[in-house]
Amino acid sequence: MPHDHHDDDFHHEGMSSSGHPYREDDDHPLTYWQIMEIAMRELLIEKGILTPAEVAAQIDEMDSRSPSNGAAVVARAWVDPDFKHRLLKDASEASHEMGYDIGPLRLIALENTEEVHNIIVCTLCSCYPRDLLGLPPDWYKSRAYRSRVVQEPRKVLAEFGVTLPEGITIRVHDSTADMRYIVLPARPDGTTDWSEADLAALVTRDSMIGVGLPKSPV
Amino acid sequence: MAEQVRVKTMMPPGHVRTPAYLRGKCGVIERKLGEFANPERAAYRLQTELQSLVRVRFSMAEIWGDAAENPTDTLDAEIYAHWLEKVD
Repeated sequence: MPHDHHDDDFHHEGMSSSGHPYREDDDHPLTYWQIMEIAMRELLIEKGILTPAEVAAQIDEMDSRSPSNGAAVVARAWVDPDFKHRLLKDASEASHEMGYDIGPLRLIALENTEEVHNIIVCTLCSCYPRDLLGLPPDWYKSRAYRSRVVQEPRKVLAEFGVTLPEGITIRVHDSTADMRYIVLPARPDGTTDWSEADLAALVTRDSMIGVGLPKSPV
Repeated sequence: MAEQVRVKTMMPPGHVRTPAYLRGKCGVIERKLGEFANPERAAYRLQTELQSLVRVRFSMAEIWGDAAENPTDTLDAEIYAHWLEKVD
């Protein structure tokens, strides 16, 4: 199943009198798909195919993935030219080497250079390199981002606070099918002797989606 | 010379992974990705053939015409072979 499932967006629907955002109670009938999910889960458990603990463990596993996985891969590519070569050739294999298994999907790493800046999007749904970046941010799944970044990527980048030098080519990558993408941002200047761990701390989630740049060394 | 292709303009219903904004547009094959199950059948658990999947690179000028923000910027997308026709 190459396509990621779709999460419900979390929206704050109000503010309590003490200043806490809250979501309204979901006092409405279950939807068709909610009933389907519960029925399927209960059947799998009743028939002894899964245990509730296994379901909880899988949710835990999904929640444990975070952009620090991707940052470790990027930092390794910055310090190890052979690894970078392997990453650009076959990013699934190279990230597997570091213990990140991207499953049946295939990963492509896109290198930002002085000539090219890469951005990823999934216009059709919300495909995202979850094994390396965790769950996608809400904006990544929004119609605004999905429709605008393919039409006016420079304007979108500016709204994220990124202005690129004149003459740089922007390449937008639409994850339409079986590939997933991660941007390999350029290593910041002034980090020559930095350790891999310190470098990883400069790599932001947005820089691996292509709507941000790594942090500058302090 | 990079291989030129055009995305077919058909509009079938179902689980189609070819974005509508690219239909009828010409691009070049950026890389070949191998063979994958056709999602238009696989999504419904129907027995499916394998289809070649390629990454096609389009210029923003080709997609958006005069409205392109920067004509030489590009858009890459994965398109299955049965959606592509050769451009002579």
